[in-house]
Amino acid sequence: MIIPAVVSLGGLGLVFGGMLAFASQKFAVEIDPKIEMVQEILVGANCGACGYAGCAQFAEEVVAGRAPLNGCTPGGAKVAAKIADLFGAESPEAEARHVAQLTCVGDCNTAKSKHTYDGVKDCKAALMFGGGPTACEYGCIGLGNCVTVCPVDAITMGKNGLPIIDTNACISCGKCKNECPRHVIELVNAKGVHHVRCKSQDKGKQVRGVCDRGCIACKLCVKNCPVDAIHMEGNVAVIDSYICTNCGTCVEVCPQKTIV
Amino acid sequence: MTGILAIVFGAIFINNFVLSRFLGICPFLGVSKKVETSVGMGMAVTFVMGMASLVTWLLNEYILVFYGLEYLRTIVFILVIASLVQFVELVIRKVSPVLYQALGIFLPLITTNCAVLGVAILNIQLTYTLFESVVFGVAAAIGFTLALVIMAGIRERLEMVFIPRNFRGVSIALITAGILSIAFMGFQGMM
Repeated sequence: MIIPAVVSLGGLGLVFGGMLAFASQKFAVEIDPKIEMVQEILVGANCGACGYAGCAQFAEEVVAGRAPLNGCTPGGAKVAAKIADLFGAESPEAEARHVAQLTCVGDCNTAKSKHTYDGVKDCKAALMFGGGPTACEYGCIGLGNCVTVCPVDAITMGKNGLPIIDTNACISCGKCKNECPRHVIELVNAKGVHHVRCKSQDKGKQVRGVCDRGCIACKLCVKNCPVDAIHMEGNVAVIDSYICTNCGTCVEVCPQKTIV
Repeated sequence: MTGILAIVFGAIFINNFVLSRFLGICPFLGVSKKVETSVGMGMAVTFVMGMASLVTWLLNEYILVFYGLEYLRTIVFILVIASLVQFVELVIRKVSPVLYQALGIFLPLITTNCAVLGVAILNIQLTYTLFESVVFGVAAAIGFTLALVIMAGIRERLEMVFIPRNFRGVSIALITAGILSIAFMGFQGMM
């Protein structure tokens, strides 16, 4: 009774074990050990800022030579140098660090609202209902899609209904920028201090009607900038942070306090 | 022919593996968050269940029954299914990287799936022939896929709506599964 059971089960186990051992050699897939090494260097947030599905795929593409060595934005210069080291290449110049920034100052005290929205707490859903709850067509809705989507929890919702971005924690993956239905989050040069925090293309009078702090296109900042870093894009002023010397003149002259 | 049709219809709707036999509940709740992944899982299960039906039937007929070892059925079937899935995974990985990308991640999950063992044992209990066994295996897996995709569709929509705090997550998933199961019981009277 016992012996045939042991023999047959043991025999089957042996056969299957042998089959698997044979298959694992016969069908072995060679993997470049460098892929794993690159993956260990990477940040591992799987944020997708490099344009690939995740850190594993980016590592594969780097080893295959299809992705740039400095493709990992969150890793920045440090990671790029380490990867370059691994390949014996010269470390490439890392691009200037970019951080996410909110380009809207219309909080619940300064910006008027069109109606009270009481549905799902989702900016995109709110936008579908009557074109959004804010009177300004360009302003932040403040339901925090950016907060949810941030992979490193760098964004929190402030009490005034505008998200607060921790620029030190930001890994510049750009997920919030892509998520925002009103496009009021931008990736800006981390060295720039002052920015025009408004995207409204409306005329000055209309802007005044819906928001106390929106850009009214008065061009005072453009005229007063000592280094000509500010220009108009339609009805809103834009500061070129690569020219800007952070002198702060525009902040003083702005009548709407749009520039912060 | 009507016998085969009855097996197919019965396995998909009347005795749906998940919703009325309650087999394979683990992947049913685990992999039903997105329609895309549930379809991938369903395809992997269909593949494995068809293969497992074939191999276990042959093994049962020509080894277990032949030597009078029917009492070893469960353990032998588990052994066979586990090694079969591993073997298939190795082969697919080498032969078709595309298929491996689509099914590969699900294959290790199915090695010890009770739905797969269930279909193998039911084939013997219901005294099906080899052909009937394979048909039953594939049909049962299609039923599994159907349940999984329906569940995933519902859960995707559930993400968008307001759910009272106490019901969020697993609670609402289990309630949904229960209602879905009741709905499938409507098929019981058809045969």
